[in-house]
Amino acid sequence: MTDQLLWYTTRAAGAVSLVLLTAVVILGVLSALRFKTAGWPGFLTTGLHRNLALVTLVFLALHIVTAVVDPFTHLGWLSAIVPFSSYYRTFWLGLGTIAFELLAAIVVTSLLREYVGHATWRVIHWLTYAAWPIGVVHGLGTGTDAWSPWFFTLTLVCVAAVGFAVAYRLVAGSRDPLAAPRASFRSGVERKSEQ
Amino acid sequence: MTRLRLLAGPDLSLGPERLHAHVERLGPTPVLGHSLIDMLEASGLTGRGGASFPVARKWRSVARHRGGPVVVVNGAEGEPQSLKDRVLMSTRPHLVLDGALLAARTLKASQVIVYVGEDHREARAAMAGALAERPDPELRRARLVAAPARYVAGESSAAVNLLDNSIASPMSKPPDPHEAGVGDAPTLVQNVESLAHVSLIARYGAEWFKSAGRRGGAGTVLITVAGAVPSPGVVEIEAGTTVREVLDMAGGVDPASRAVLIGGYFGTWVDFAAAQDLALDPAALRERGLGLGCGVVGVISSRGCGVCETARIMRYLAGESSAQCGPCFFGLRALADACGRIADKGSNADDLARLHRWARDVRGRGACRHPDGAAMFLQSALQTFAPEFSTHPAHWRANAGGRDAA
Amino acid sequence: MEIGIDRIRCDGRGLCAELAPELIRLDDWGYPIIAASPVPDHLLSHAQKAVAACPVLALSLRQAAKRALG
Repeated sequence: MTDQLLWYTTRAAGAVSLVLLTAVVILGVLSALRFKTAGWPGFLTTGLHRNLALVTLVFLALHIVTAVVDPFTHLGWLSAIVPFSSYYRTFWLGLGTIAFELLAAIVVTSLLREYVGHATWRVIHWLTYAAWPIGVVHGLGTGTDAWSPWFFTLTLVCVAAVGFAVAYRLVAGSRDPLAAPRASFRSGVERKSEQ
Repeated sequence: MTRLRLLAGPDLSLGPERLHAHVERLGPTPVLGHSLIDMLEASGLTGRGGASFPVARKWRSVARHRGGPVVVVNGAEGEPQSLKDRVLMSTRPHLVLDGALLAARTLKASQVIVYVGEDHREARAAMAGALAERPDPELRRARLVAAPARYVAGESSAAVNLLDNSIASPMSKPPDPHEAGVGDAPTLVQNVESLAHVSLIARYGAEWFKSAGRRGGAGTVLITVAGAVPSPGVVEIEAGTTVREVLDMAGGVDPASRAVLIGGYFGTWVDFAAAQDLALDPAALRERGLGLGCGVVGVISSRGCGVCETARIMRYLAGESSAQCGPCFFGLRALADACGRIADKGSNADDLARLHRWARDVRGRGACRHPDGAAMFLQSALQTFAPEFSTHPAHWRANAGGRDAA
Repeated sequence: MEIGIDRIRCDGRGLCAELAPELIRLDDWGYPIIAASPVPDHLLSHAQKAVAACPVLALSLRQAAKRALG
C-alpha cells in the first residue's frame, strides 16, 4: 500500500511542480515586460515569482524523494544527481535530473544574487528557457500518466500558456526606454583601435 | 600687462615648441620627490578641467591607494567653445609633458596616457611629435589615445571607460578613478593646463606661482573669450583679473551687451553690467555662487536673445547625454523641449513652471555631473534672463538668436 | 543608514517606490527620487525590502557617507 502511496505522490507532486513552474515562468516574463496595473503592483509580480519558485522546489523535492525511495523504480540517490544513470527509463529520467539541476542553479544564484552579481545572475537565469521545456518533456516521457487525458491536457495548457507568454515577450522587445538611445550613444563613442 | 607664463616664449603662430628650445628656455625637467605635492599644495593650484579641484589633494588621493597608478593627461576638451587646451597642446606640448612626467615620477606611475580629442588634429600631431622627442622612459612608453568628439568624453570616468572598455561613457561612482580607474589602478586624470602649471611650479616654486595674481587670486589662468567680441580666442591672465579687463584684451565690447556666460556650457549666465567687476579666480567666483569651469567667457550681444541661446545650448547638452541614466536623458530633453517651446512659440506659465521644477529634480540624479551642469546652467539663465523668459514673444525659427550670440 | 543608488543600473522599474513610498518617489519619467535624509528607524525594514526588491540590484543600504568633494 505504501508503494502505491509513494507512486501517487511522485506523480501528483510532478504534476503540481509542472503547473507551479509554468506559473513561475509566466510571472518571470510578466516581470521582464514590467507588467503592472492600478491593482497589481510591480512588486507583486516579482514577489509571487520568487515565492512560487520556492514552493515549486518543495514539490520537486517531494517528487524526487518519493521517486527515489520507491522500491518499484530501483532508483538510487545517484540518479537524482547524475543524469542518465538510472536503469529505469534512463533517458526520460535523465532529462528530469537535468531540469532539476538547472533549476537548482537558477534558484541558488537568485538567492545569492547580491554576491554573484547581476551579470552572472542574469546569464544563469536564462537557463529557465532550457529547464522548463526539458521538465515538460521529462513529464511526457517518464510519467505513467503521460498520455492519460488529464495529464496530457494539463501539459498542453501549460505549453500553450508559456508559448504565448514567450512569443509576446519576443515581439514586445525591450521595455527599457533607454535601451535604444543608450545603444545609439555607445556606437558613437566606441573606439576599437588606438593611435 | 600680464606677464605671460604658460604662453611665454616663441610666438604662438610658430606652432609646437620643440624640445631643445623648451629646455633652452626653461631648463630640464626638475627632479623632485614627494615634496612636489607639498609645493603644489602651498601654491593653491586648482584644476583647470572644469571642477577647480585642488591639484595637490587629487595627487594625494591617488598616492593613498594601492597599486601602480596611471596618469591620464586629459586634453579631450569636449566643451565646444573652449580652445585653451588645444592652443596649449599645439604650442607648448613640452610644458604639458613635463607636468605629466612629474606626475608619473611623483606618483610612481606605471603608465602615462595622453588623451586628445579625435578631431583636434593640430593638437594631436603636436603631442605625438613632442612625445617622440622625449628620451624619458615614462614618456617613451606613453600612449596617445583619441577621445571621441562628445561632450562627456572628457569626463574622468568616461576617459577610464574608453581606455578599459573602448567606450567613452561615464561610469558609476564609487569607485572614483583616483581609487580604481584604468585597469582598476588608482588613476590621476589631470587637465593639460593644470599639468603645464605643475611643470612651472616645479621649476620656480609655490611662492613664484602666487606672485602672479590680483585681488587675492594666485597664478595665471588660460581663458577662452568667445561670442560677441572683436577678437575671440585664448588669453592668459592673472587669476583675479576682472571680466571687464579680459573683454578689453579681446578687443573691448559693446557696453549694451546683454550678458556673459562664465565657465562654458556648464557655467553660469551673469548680467553684463554685474559681470564687469567679477574677478576670474576660482575661489572668488565660488564665493559668489559661480564657477570658473573650463575658463570660457562668452558674451551675448544686445541683439542676441538669451532665451534662444539658452534653448540652443540646452538642446545641445540634452543631445550629449550618454543615455545611461533616466533623469539625465529624459530630464534634459524635457528641459530642452520646454526651453525650445518658449523660444519658438513664446512664454507661457506652464513651461516656465516645468523648467523650474525639472531643473531641481534632475540635479544630483545622474551617475556623472552632466545633468547637474546643464541644470545649473539653466537655472542661471532663468535668473539672469528672467524678464526675457516671462515675456518672450513667438518668433520664426530662422531669426532665432543673434548671429553673434555667445 | 541611507539608501544608495547606482544611477546607471537603475532602469526605472519603480518597485522601490511601491515598497517604500515614504522614502522614494518617482519623477515624471519613472525614475526614483530618494529622500536625502537618513532612513528613520521605523522605516528601516521597508527600506530593506525596497532595496532587496530591485530587479537590477541598483539599490543598497549603507552607512550615511560623507559627500566626496569635487
